Amino acid sequence: MDILSLFITIPIITVLALVFTKGLKKARLVAMVGSVIQLGMAINLVFAYFKEKAVDDAIMVFTRDVVWYEKFNIHYSIGVDGVSVALLLLTAIVVLAGVFISWKMNDLPKEFFIALIVLSIGVYGFFISIDLFTLFVFFEIAVIPMYLLIGIWGTGPKEYSAMKLTLMLMGASAILLVGILGIYFNSNADGGALTFNILEIAQVNIPFEAQKIFFPLVFIGFAVISALFPFHTWSPDGHSSAPTAVSMLHAGVLMKLGGYGIFRVAMYLLPEGTLHWSWFFIILATIGVIYGAFSAIKQTDLKYINAYSSVSHLGMVLFALLMLNKTAWNGAILQSLSHGFMTALFFALIGMIYGRTNTRDIYKLGGLLKVIPFISVIYVIVGLASLGLPGLSGFVAEMNIFVGAFQHEDMFYRVSTIIVVSAIVVTAVYILRAAGIMLMGPVKNEAYLDLPKVTWYEKTGILLLLIPIVGMGVAPLWLSDMIMESLQPFIQGVL
Amino acid sequence: MNFSYTILIPLIPLTVFLLLGIFNKKIKPAVSGYIGVFGLLASATISFYTAYQYFFVSAKVDGVYQTFVEKTVWMNFTETLHIDMGILIDPISVMMLLVVSTVSLMVHIYSRGYMKGDEGYTKFFAFLSLFTFSMYGLVLATNLFQIYIFWELVGVSSYLLIGYYYTKPSAVAAAKKAFIVTRFADLGFLIGILIMSYYTGTFDFETLNNPEGSAILNWASTSFMGLSAITWALILIFIGGAGKSAMLPFHIWLPDAMEGPTPVSALIHAATMVVAGIYLVARLFPMFYFVENGFALNIVAYVGAISALFAAIIAITQTDIKRVLAFSTMSQLGYMMLALGVSGYDGHHGVGYMASMFHLFTHAMFKALLFLGAGSVIHAVHSNYLKDMGGLRKYMPITNITFLIAALAIAGIPPFAGFFSKDEILVAAYEHNKLIYYIGVFVAGLTAFYIFRIYFGIFWGKDKEYEHKPKESPLSMTFPLLFLALMSIIGGFVPFSEFVTPDKSGFEAHLNYPLAAIAVGVGLIGIILAWVFYKKENSLADTFANAFGPFYKWASDKFYFDEIYLFVAKKILFKRVSAPIAWFDKKVVDGTMEGIGNKTVLISKKIKGMQSGKVQDYAFAFISGVVVLAIVFIYIWTN
Repeated sequence: MDILSLFITIPIITVLALVFTKGLKKARLVAMVGSVIQLGMAINLVFAYFKEKAVDDAIMVFTRDVVWYEKFNIHYSIGVDGVSVALLLLTAIVVLAGVFISWKMNDLPKEFFIALIVLSIGVYGFFISIDLFTLFVFFEIAVIPMYLLIGIWGTGPKEYSAMKLTLMLMGASAILLVGILGIYFNSNADGGALTFNILEIAQVNIPFEAQKIFFPLVFIGFAVISALFPFHTWSPDGHSSAPTAVSMLHAGVLMKLGGYGIFRVAMYLLPEGTLHWSWFFIILATIGVIYGAFSAIKQTDLKYINAYSSVSHLGMVLFALLMLNKTAWNGAILQSLSHGFMTALFFALIGMIYGRTNTRDIYKLGGLLKVIPFISVIYVIVGLASLGLPGLSGFVAEMNIFVGAFQHEDMFYRVSTIIVVSAIVVTAVYILRAAGIMLMGPVKNEAYLDLPKVTWYEKTGILLLLIPIVGMGVAPLWLSDMIMESLQPFIQGVL
Repeated sequence: MNFSYTILIPLIPLTVFLLLGIFNKKIKPAVSGYIGVFGLLASATISFYTAYQYFFVSAKVDGVYQTFVEKTVWMNFTETLHIDMGILIDPISVMMLLVVSTVSLMVHIYSRGYMKGDEGYTKFFAFLSLFTFSMYGLVLATNLFQIYIFWELVGVSSYLLIGYYYTKPSAVAAAKKAFIVTRFADLGFLIGILIMSYYTGTFDFETLNNPEGSAILNWASTSFMGLSAITWALILIFIGGAGKSAMLPFHIWLPDAMEGPTPVSALIHAATMVVAGIYLVARLFPMFYFVENGFALNIVAYVGAISALFAAIIAITQTDIKRVLAFSTMSQLGYMMLALGVSGYDGHHGVGYMASMFHLFTHAMFKALLFLGAGSVIHAVHSNYLKDMGGLRKYMPITNITFLIAALAIAGIPPFAGFFSKDEILVAAYEHNKLIYYIGVFVAGLTAFYIFRIYFGIFWGKDKEYEHKPKESPLSMTFPLLFLALMSIIGGFVPFSEFVTPDKSGFEAHLNYPLAAIAVGVGLIGIILAWVFYKKENSLADTFANAFGPFYKWASDKFYFDEIYLFVAKKILFKRVSAPIAWFDKKVVDGTMEGIGNKTVLISKKIKGMQSGKVQDYAFAFISGVVVLAIVFIYIWTN
């Protein structure tokens, strides 16, 4: 079996193994072993990728192609470049951390871990697919378990949140499907056969009239899951009701599918549509960045703060993609990774704080640095990463975005860039506000004086996510160069 | 000549930080104090060795000090634009290494006494090391982006140290304020860097500062709103510098930053971090001077002069001794800025630049001394307020003498250090701009007055009712006082004009006796007035304060800058922007989505009859619906 198909096979085996387990202890053990193997493979893939890239100059390496449904020319077609390798690594780390954070998931543990791993199958499949139809199928596999995970294991108004999230994402999927079919039915514009293969379609000149129509459909279809303003409202409610590991996976990985899809499908296949529409989506993305940040200032629930912060940070990803140059794109991918680690860690910490104090209201918390120092210090560090402190991952990503966006001399671009850059101040305000109220000051509630200490599995989950944040921030060169190199063919395709 | 070993200077404190930070709980406090002090001692030794090598042994070629750069790529933006990390050795960076090393070492030693018994002793030394590492990195930066990176890192160290007493709400608020206000200024800095790199294609100081290089020669090729784009970039970069150096109107964070432990105030908020803004302008001085005939440099001069005056007036009215010193710092930083602003470039014209760096050096010594002396006093009487102090000269002789030396130095009385550097600043201002000169002389008088106001208030006058009898601080605290006092006495005799000049070739500086006499005279008047008002307790001061009427009240309320900021932040941004956006999001954006959902439910209730209850039917309807839609859309739009 090839190195990439293992990414789907191993979670399937894990799920099958889970079916035969009984009780929490066995279920979490199986889930952990499966995820550790997966992470090992993802790390191995990075090295294998560099080795392969040295001898193979193709856009996608480790490719494999099997006909799946001949009538419509649907293939199981896979391959990776630097961008997908990086995102696969992100996914593997977040999934494993999520398993550790769910170490004490007492309600229906087996079913919970099954849903979690199934979700990850969708994500892995999405990142390795180069066939549009297969890609769409994996996208749906990733989205659907979310309904169960929130509806069954959630808290608060979970049925409402699960319904809202699923309906909005499904609506987006319907739009996306139309867009994808539109691309498919135009893929014979140069006289060849109809195809779903991304690399083949990229060589076809889809008529401008069709691009103009299908680009916004594909863009919006993907952007809803990346919380594009004004389609972001599923996110705060969804996150606040979801159990910790699900929030982590959803914000850390699933929300990245949008940006990746836009980059891989919408922009690469519909370049003229991209140029035609970019001004409109730049406006939406710019609004999203600043609007999310200002909304976060007013929130009092930790998960809402983080959800709006995600709207702002992912707005930056979409903004950077629309800047259409290598530096900004590199920033977009780095921001996806950085935000993935950061926000997963944020949700993990919020889960730990909630698990101990039973509240997420920052005004009811206070002085936590004194009672749970480890968790609080990590919260401060992630907060600093989120506000773009040098030496942590957020800075590296944001600077690529800003420098890239500044390559445009046009007034419209300049103004929107400066608005986006100014978000660094607003971000500092909401991060420090939450940290100041919740972590510092006197201990608000005497009951908090003897909160349980951080456990080994919590620490493991935290460190898994913290190491990449610091690593990316201190030594970004290899990662940034790996991604940058892979962007070359794509930027040529668009411009 | 190879200076690559200087990379150790920042790396040692970084190692200490990681060591103390990670093994926080496992290291005994006494041990962590020693690790901190000896780590810094090593860095300081290398710094002094570097300075000796650089200035006296090997760096001068044909009478000009050479620049040494070593760097490596840290991250690539494009094929030509990248962030480098490295070290740059030239006269000002070596001079700054000396300042940072000396003050930081003294503060480390002092903290062993001052912080004794504190819960977070190890944490404190870890943060001090983090700060020192970042400050070294900033000083040695080879390019704009590297300086920005360490700029942010010193900012966050400052945040952590101001908020060191994190259970105190006022400390938390002060830390947050300092971070956000400077961050706001840093936004200008960052945009300035972006503009600069876009038009010049580089971040490198070497390339940017070359007077014959394209960055300086081609400034006129771009324009935006009547000025060159490069000038705009410089103004924006200066905004970043003004934020860190507490220039008007970004100064509001500095007085509040006094919530941090006193050694921190001495190190970060008096001697080192706050001069980063001055250092930044000095670092880009050729650009400031040559681009658009020094337009941006003029702004620097006026901002500096106004800040110096404004802060000195407020300093007179404050009653918390640390706040007096904070405003005093702001005022002295204003001096340094204005000196840069009035400086020329070649030979003797560069006296302003030289004076600014000279004053930075002497000020670091005597202002750190003032703060550490104030810390010693606060340690003894457990209060920051002038009203709780008096007659302390009997109990604290060493603190008294050293504080007096520092006060004479800042008042500009010969032969103390401040006299020489301030004199050079006034000479430069006199030759360039008379208005700024007059402001400078007036501020010299105010300075002497406010510093002797607190000196007499603390050490003379009647004893207050002390809970415990005040006693002199331990040796770990008095040793740094004595050392810095020595520096405040001899520091003025360093022939700065031979070492630190804009064109790096050195010139002969002479005292300008008439100007020096005027400055000293004004200083003496200030001291005498303070003596009359404050040596013995009397009502003269109150009478005068009343004579100034509302003006006194405005000054003591710091001209309401805090209230203005608070109004903008709380009333406008929070209430008028943030809250409406949150409301809009809940009601309008989300409301629309909910509305669509509710309408769907409503419609579905109406057409309930169609429901058969069979899953197959639904699946069929769903799939055929999507397919039909798809076909219709495609049909319409492909034809």
